[in-house]
Amino acid sequence: MASPPSKTAFPVIRDVGLTGVLVSFADRLSEAANRAALAFRATVEAEGWDGVEETATSLTSVFLRFDPLALAHEDLTTRLAALLRQQDWFAAPLPAGRCHRRIPLVLGGAQGPQFDEAVQVAGIDANVARAAIAAARVRVLTIGFAPGQPYMGELDKTWDIPRMTALNPRVPEGALVVAIRQLIIFSRAGPTGWRHIGQTAFRCFRPAAAQPFALNPGDEVSFRLVDGEELDAIRAADKTGDGGAVCGAAE
Amino acid sequence: MSRSLHIIRAGPGLTVQDQGRPGRLDQGISRGGAADMLALAEGAALLGQSPDCAAIEMAGMGGVFEAGEVPLRIALTGAPMQATAEGEPLAWNASHLLHPGQRLSIGAARRGVYGYLHLGGGIATTPVLGSRAAHLTAGLGATLQDGANLPIGPDKGETGMALDIPDRFSGGTVRIVPSVQTERFAAEDLARFEATGFSRDPRSNRMGVRLTHDGDTFAASDQLYVLSEVIVPGDIQITGAGPFVLLGECQTTGGYPRIATVLPCDLPLVAQAAPGAPLWFRFVSRDHGLALHRTAISDLAKLPQRVRPLLRNPADIRDLLAYQLIGGVITGNEE
Repeated sequence: MASPPSKTAFPVIRDVGLTGVLVSFADRLSEAANRAALAFRATVEAEGWDGVEETATSLTSVFLRFDPLALAHEDLTTRLAALLRQQDWFAAPLPAGRCHRRIPLVLGGAQGPQFDEAVQVAGIDANVARAAIAAARVRVLTIGFAPGQPYMGELDKTWDIPRMTALNPRVPEGALVVAIRQLIIFSRAGPTGWRHIGQTAFRCFRPAAAQPFALNPGDEVSFRLVDGEELDAIRAADKTGDGGAVCGAAE
Repeated sequence: MSRSLHIIRAGPGLTVQDQGRPGRLDQGISRGGAADMLALAEGAALLGQSPDCAAIEMAGMGGVFEAGEVPLRIALTGAPMQATAEGEPLAWNASHLLHPGQRLSIGAARRGVYGYLHLGGGIATTPVLGSRAAHLTAGLGATLQDGANLPIGPDKGETGMALDIPDRFSGGTVRIVPSVQTERFAAEDLARFEATGFSRDPRSNRMGVRLTHDGDTFAASDQLYVLSEVIVPGDIQITGAGPFVLLGECQTTGGYPRIATVLPCDLPLVAQAAPGAPLWFRFVSRDHGLALHRTAISDLAKLPQRVRPLLRNPADIRDLLAYQLIGGVITGNEE
């Protein structure tokens, strides 16, 4: 029964309980599989099938929640299989209208207490790591776990460091954490198994705003390194939650 | 005159809940809402109002409440709790009239976990992202505190009605269907999962019910390589700390393998199982699961027809003349 996942032929359609279906493009993260998931979800949304109640993407999959009394499971999976055959989803373009944000970041020190540890685990020089984060331009791969919270990547292979076995009991809102070639900006304070390497004043979730969710999958993010004093000044002057981020169109 | 409910003393786990915020998985927000959605529908049926109305969810114990300037219709559902108005016992799974100045006291759950106090007209706080429900994990809303005053919506209708509810507050057999990672578990582990008796760990909350059990732990093959994936309420995650059945307020993605998913109609049974109440899991086929789901949806639609007048045992009434205390009709012109 327990077949090795590597033998699964992708894309694959699987059940999530009685009312969910998951279309997966890979069981390991890749840029192409993430792009395929974003494009496939957009197409499923555009189909507007009766009985499909919600869709969402994860890193490499598209989830559909459906009403099995309004839309038969077999009917849905048949339609999904037909859509999958329609084109090479791994070659699909990224969504239109993507933004690029350059977000002020304090890296290391008291506001990034596990930067040194992360660098050590990655086995690179701290100055090289600093330069790498300053030069990195990552993509929002998916939004999840907490409201508006982005999983961003992929960083280069040096950053393929595991999650910690012990939980970091609490990182603040705006914390930048790293693991498995991905970065997350925490949308609210909470525990994490990822290493806390820096701090932003960027608010991913703004419940009172007209647009409560700052980021969308496909958006790009880079960082402008600042010191703690500058970040404090940015935070004090910030009225939008952008935390000093400069916004432009993504390439 | 304003319609309001005053909370004199709040138990530790009181929140405003409704049907939550479905459709926001892509923004990282799980549906949330009442831990026992069936109890929410039962309260709406008792008061003859929409199941969209918000109510107070009471985890483990209730509190002391008072109607503001006008009488309020109330209904009590979910985990049965000791309830009195001015010392007079109030029937559970029933609707009552609460006059201004009368104190409603709701004690600890006798069975189950989540009790509900429904208000005629519903709680009229301002919705955030389309719902009044507190979603503590997402940072929306908060637990209710002593001294809070909740606005109540316009209302008319009768009280003194009751519903006969089968017991879903003492554990039992929970029907499950395969989920994304079920095939990563060995067949003998799946069989052992069905043969194992589970119990709720006290460290459970609206995000999920943590289960304890005797015997070996369960683990999937390649457990460390599972990519973070969408999770839904009812998913049974296998973590190093044991199995968790995820409830409405769960995170939206997770990296732990899931052995199965609970049928939506059996999720209230899991949410309401108190520590010590035994839980067993049984795989059913998709077709069987679908038939059970269809029956549950149809039963839900028939709830309003099952509401009957509350018959009171005269022996339970200390002062027959005080009967009016809890009966009565709101015409909607009281204010």
